[in-house]
Amino acid sequence: MKKSIKEKALKQLLWVGIVSISMFFAGLTSAFIVRKAEGNWTEFILPDWFIASTAVIILSSLLLIFVKIRLRKGKSIFNLLFTTLVLGIIFSYFQFEGWGQLTNQGIYLTGEGSNVAGSFLYVLTLSHLVHLAGGLIALVFSSVKSKLNLYSIDNCLGLDLTINYWHFLTVLWLYLFIFLKFL
Amino acid sequence: MSDHHHKETFITKYIFSTDHKMIAKQFLITGMFMAIIGMLMSAIFRVQLANPGEYSILYELLPGGWLNEDGGLNPDKYLALVTMHGTILVFWVLTAGLSGTFANFLIPLQIGARDMASGFINMLSYWFFFIATVVLLSSLFVESGPASGGWTIYPPLSALPQAIPGSGTGMTLWLYSITLFVVGSLLGGLNYIVTILNLRTKGMSMQRLPLTVWALLITAILGVLSFPVLLSCGLLLLFDRSFGTSFYLSDIIINGEALHNVGGSPILFEHLFWFLGHPEVYIILLPALGIVSEVIAVNSRKPIFGYKAMVGALLLIAFLSFIVWGHHMFMTGMNPFLGSVFTFTTLLIAIPSAVKVFNYLATLWRANIRFTPAMLFAIGTVSAFITGGLTGLILGDSALDINVHDTYFVVGHFHIVMGLSAIYGMFAGVYHWFPKMYGKMMNKTLGYVHFWGTFICAYGVFFPMHFLGLAGLPRRYYTNSSFPMFDGLADINEIITFFALAGAIVQAIFIFNFFYSIFKGTKTTANPWKSNTLEWTTPIERIHGNWPGELPVVTRWAYDYSKPGMDEDFVMQNVPLKEGEKEH
Repeated sequence: MKKSIKEKALKQLLWVGIVSISMFFAGLTSAFIVRKAEGNWTEFILPDWFIASTAVIILSSLLLIFVKIRLRKGKSIFNLLFTTLVLGIIFSYFQFEGWGQLTNQGIYLTGEGSNVAGSFLYVLTLSHLVHLAGGLIALVFSSVKSKLNLYSIDNCLGLDLTINYWHFLTVLWLYLFIFLKFL
Repeated sequence: MSDHHHKETFITKYIFSTDHKMIAKQFLITGMFMAIIGMLMSAIFRVQLANPGEYSILYELLPGGWLNEDGGLNPDKYLALVTMHGTILVFWVLTAGLSGTFANFLIPLQIGARDMASGFINMLSYWFFFIATVVLLSSLFVESGPASGGWTIYPPLSALPQAIPGSGTGMTLWLYSITLFVVGSLLGGLNYIVTILNLRTKGMSMQRLPLTVWALLITAILGVLSFPVLLSCGLLLLFDRSFGTSFYLSDIIINGEALHNVGGSPILFEHLFWFLGHPEVYIILLPALGIVSEVIAVNSRKPIFGYKAMVGALLLIAFLSFIVWGHHMFMTGMNPFLGSVFTFTTLLIAIPSAVKVFNYLATLWRANIRFTPAMLFAIGTVSAFITGGLTGLILGDSALDINVHDTYFVVGHFHIVMGLSAIYGMFAGVYHWFPKMYGKMMNKTLGYVHFWGTFICAYGVFFPMHFLGLAGLPRRYYTNSSFPMFDGLADINEIITFFALAGAIVQAIFIFNFFYSIFKGTKTTANPWKSNTLEWTTPIERIHGNWPGELPVVTRWAYDYSKPGMDEDFVMQNVPLKEGEKEH
């Protein structure tokens, strides 16, 4: 198989996978809407930590935009990838802090004092974090490979896949954040 | 990926193979194994329905603790058998066994590719399926038994481990198993789509694709869009079961104790479940229709009638399958207006379905038909699709459905339209492509006995069920002898059980023929059915990479049968157009 065709096929594989993941979240958010319409729904304020985590993940995606530009110029991309990885870890930390803020408000995942509204929020954000874990692993691999100078502009399929997936995670979080904030 | 055959060890050739043809065989053999188990389960619960509470020698096949003191089948385990039968047949046999086998086998061969886009992901797809199989079967041996709340696993039975025996560990294993199954299916589906879109050989435009490949492509798209929703549905169920959330549960009292769950809705589960559940019907059916398109054209020695209309019908069926899920929920207190909307969208499916049936019949019309076993099963598929489709009109109409909801009428309907159509399509595919898979021919006489035995027994089982349903007999009941109003139906139940057991015995003929032919069958020629598609241009001996030299170049569609001016009644897709010859 020609390299260009294989690369195109594998990139498409990721995009179809992204469509599939999107359907998973579409299922959850549809359930959220249907359930909310039935009443018995506790209203609460979204944690401030989630606003901070939103800023962090947007910043991480912005950094990744410069990766290909630098690679094209033959410059090192390790710092960019590593910083993105660190930002991803910070994002995860902020999510945990956000959950802590929720429990302080009396919003629990489960238990006698819980309401399905809170349960939905935990499940949605946790599911995003699980998908983000995959992105973090990919960033670790990409960072190591970039440190070893294994990427060039003609040989960066894995890097492209990592960047595309990370951008998707950012867009997905933005969708969830806006959905939870305003719906 | 290597373009040519390379040295393989036993492990890389037969177990962790990345060759799509071997993976297809792995799916087929696993699917057949599960089909035998699922069929035996149905034989056992049919015996119970014919002779309620009595001992049967068939019960000796069951694990310990499944019988009551009198030697009869335990009612809990009856429900477990029904649940596992449905799960195995719907997911393991007719989804993975059918799509997994033929998508893997046919896509690269018919589009002229050396393998799938990612052989590794393809291998993973099978092994996820395999592990899912082990987990599901292990649930048969847990003390409280396997899942028992029906293959649709509606809460609260599925959400409360303490509800019934089958709600415990067995249900947990069911959920783990189906999660692994869905991951495997998604990995496979992604690969099929990308392979078809990117790896077609030179000249193989989308308009020249065999209808088999079109059907498998659309099936994969349906799977990629609907299976994740089942995952989200299962995730919420898992949280309810394991962590005590209330997505699907509300105001439940067990043994006098009120549970803390408030505000959940089991109807929410049904919406999510059936958003997958209805496309799943077409995930099962479309590959069979794709196989049938090929087998009917080849054995009619005529071009398939209305190629573009066939593709359009597939696309329309796929689209409509996403907006009809509510017809499974007419009895949930749905707003009658919404019910009428779902009735309308459901009945719309009759249009593309009728287009397909008409085109099959038009292809057969005045054709030079060869009644091979594959052709008989292909025609059987169309026949079952019509019969089952007609009762679908009744169940799709909310006003009529309410009268026969959850009765044997429903059981008869979906077994014919989905079960028989798909399994006949699968048999057609196995008989037709067996020579390509194993380099041997299956025994024709045994094939005919298998077809007629199956055809007669299947109608013997499912046709009378419509009358049971019209008489009001509910499905999934352990016994029908406890209700005087159904006493008059006992004979029909016995007849159904007779045909079910006879049908099971007939399948042994197929199993024997299959394995006997692998080892002792007569050797095949390169193109035994005189087919046009590219798989018949590969060498008889399997090689990883499919073609020893350059890939074939396609110059025509797949259906140039009995074309005027040609030397033979078939022209393979890689034969260049003659000077002045027009493509169809």
